[in-house]
Amino acid sequence: MIADAFLIVTLLAAATVRGAAPLILAALGGLFAERSGVVDIGLEGKMLTAAFAAAATAAVTGSVWAGLAAGIAASVLFALMHGFACVTHHGNQVVSGMALNITVSGLTVVLGYAWFREGGQTPLLAPGARFGPVDLPGASALAPLPVIGSIYREVISGHNLLVYVAAAAVPIVAWLVYRTRFGLRLRAVGESPGAVDTAGVSVAATRYMALVGSGILCGLAGAYLSTAHHASFIRDMSAGKGYLALAALIFGQWRPLPTLGACLLFAFADAVQLRLQGTPLPLVGVVPVQLIQAIPYVLTVCLLAGVVGRAVAPRAIGVPYVKER
Amino acid sequence: MSGERHEHELCSRRTSFGLGYRPWLRESTNFGDTDAAISNASDDPTQRSVTIRLVSLSPTRVRLDWVVPVLLPVVNLAVALLLSAVVVVLIGESPGRALRTLASGAFGDAESVGYTLYYATNFVFTGLAVAVAFHGGLFNIGAEGQAYIGGLCVALLCLGVGSWPTVLVVAVAIVIAAVGGAAWAFVPAWLQAHRGSHVVITTIMFNFIASSLMTYLLVNVLIKPGQQSPETREFEPSTWLPQLHDVVRWLGWEIGRSPLNLAFVFSLIAGLLVWFYLWHTRWGYELRAFGHNATAAVYAGISPASTVVTAMAISGALAGLMSLNEVMGVQHRLLLNMPGGAGFVGIAVALMGRNHPVGIVVAAILFGALYQGGSELSFDMPKLTRDMVVVIQGLIILVCGALEHALRSPVEALLRRPARVE
Repeated sequence: MIADAFLIVTLLAAATVRGAAPLILAALGGLFAERSGVVDIGLEGKMLTAAFAAAATAAVTGSVWAGLAAGIAASVLFALMHGFACVTHHGNQVVSGMALNITVSGLTVVLGYAWFREGGQTPLLAPGARFGPVDLPGASALAPLPVIGSIYREVISGHNLLVYVAAAAVPIVAWLVYRTRFGLRLRAVGESPGAVDTAGVSVAATRYMALVGSGILCGLAGAYLSTAHHASFIRDMSAGKGYLALAALIFGQWRPLPTLGACLLFAFADAVQLRLQGTPLPLVGVVPVQLIQAIPYVLTVCLLAGVVGRAVAPRAIGVPYVKER
Repeated sequence: MSGERHEHELCSRRTSFGLGYRPWLRESTNFGDTDAAISNASDDPTQRSVTIRLVSLSPTRVRLDWVVPVLLPVVNLAVALLLSAVVVVLIGESPGRALRTLASGAFGDAESVGYTLYYATNFVFTGLAVAVAFHGGLFNIGAEGQAYIGGLCVALLCLGVGSWPTVLVVAVAIVIAAVGGAAWAFVPAWLQAHRGSHVVITTIMFNFIASSLMTYLLVNVLIKPGQQSPETREFEPSTWLPQLHDVVRWLGWEIGRSPLNLAFVFSLIAGLLVWFYLWHTRWGYELRAFGHNATAAVYAGISPASTVVTAMAISGALAGLMSLNEVMGVQHRLLLNMPGGAGFVGIAVALMGRNHPVGIVVAAILFGALYQGGSELSFDMPKLTRDMVVVIQGLIILVCGALEHALRSPVEALLRRPARVE
């Protein structure tokens, strides 16, 4: 009984880690953009583009690294388009982000159908063309130990490379944002672009740099979806993860560590959701699968309703900066 | 001075269809005033230059009033289509042939026009929905979910009533569709107004929740017994919305058979009502004032919470009304994924129609043509799936919405140039 419960908890934790990785990467990307004052609702679209570009390139070249590079490049390209609309031309940031999301949801399917003729999917990737599990040193050595061994083997070791990249990204982004000159300018641009401009730093350049950062991280997140988590691109495979990442960012009050916590929470809800499908619950019986699938979305609404009133957004968020003439 | 004021007016998107309060309108049409200004011109050089500027701008200004709101969407559309043509070339098809197929598929004969207008009906409703929210400074991405829930309400009504007269069913359905959509928009609106949770994210989440809920209901509860596909049984014919070709035949004309039904007329009436509400009622004024400058509106005594909730409720109601066309008018049953992306098309329609009912109807017909022509296109050129329409839609949102300032200044400069030369 206890062994069963322990096994379930370990599996849930492992699933949480796997599910959290793309959320963390995308949310940290959003952190760059939003800290610089640009609303980044296009996380979803950038992830989807990257997922498609990565899977398509990996399928053609057979190289997972070429896929990753293509995913990042595609995602950065869309981030730059977002910047062109919002930073250069002072467009509405939410509208621009939604425009990219909608364009991408059609474009990936159109191109996928035209290039691969598999109803909008990309061909299934061979094991060499995707990120396989990485065994951390000592996983087998620790295995005989009763509790620690299985936790280490299931939860910490044995994930693919991008999971560890996501884990490493949290301290790296925190360091970049709080401990470097770039980070200081980034935060200043999001709070008071006028002051930064007066100090002789280009607001537009800083925002573009932030968007490129967002593009790179969303590229990683998208590549994770199609070349690590799954083995091909499936239409609309981001399935709202970009929006969840954005909600996690807001819930985490635009700070790296709390955002990590929020991502883990969403991923945990998703892991529970998958686990609950078809399992009878005490008192209620079997809950229909469609209602269980809605859990992460309902959770998002509840969290936003409960907490966001107190969250303090970057002051200049959503406001295009127009230099005084 | 008046030149500046005029420029300011052009820059404010919401009144650019020229139906709002325009203090400069009198000046630009009354040439007597400007003549007087010329004759009174003193020797003071600054005074003279101002007068000359006035005169030289006058004819152009009259032209700009009408040309910019008409020409700009056309230029925007052209740019969006040009970008789409790049995608078509990338796939290895001819954009010219694609456009011809699209146009003949959408407007080739009376039947295709009927289909085009049937699609347009959905987009008028969702476009109006998005536009009303836009006027209040809110971005309603949840029209999709709101339409879905409106459809659920209509379907339950049609399944429930046995032998009500059609007029009564339709009347109740209008109310219940609007209430269903408004209810689904109310929760995000209330949360935005009272808890500060951003309406964009919550409405997206409500789309997902509506989709899950409806899948559950259709698969497990409402499904017709002994049937595989998740849809309700067909409604009684007495609850069907009359087809337009039947109505027209009754009046003595003959038009081609198509799914076009009375909901198209309802959508035009809805456009008229939205126009009246926004520009000719106190509540509409409050809504627009709030959307322009929320802080100033609050100082003027407009309640932000009730404005947000009202705007979203009306927006949701309009989205919900879309189900009249789809559920009562055409399918006569509730299908899975009933809105079929119309909620997102509404965003493009509202932006392209510049949030004005007239523009929305025109833009909706254009998108109806894209949808109808798009299905012809996928028959003729199998490489181009219907998702191509989604690409065009996204690009139009990008060009008309996010890049509106980018194209506005070149177009205006181009039009103003002759006046400067004079």
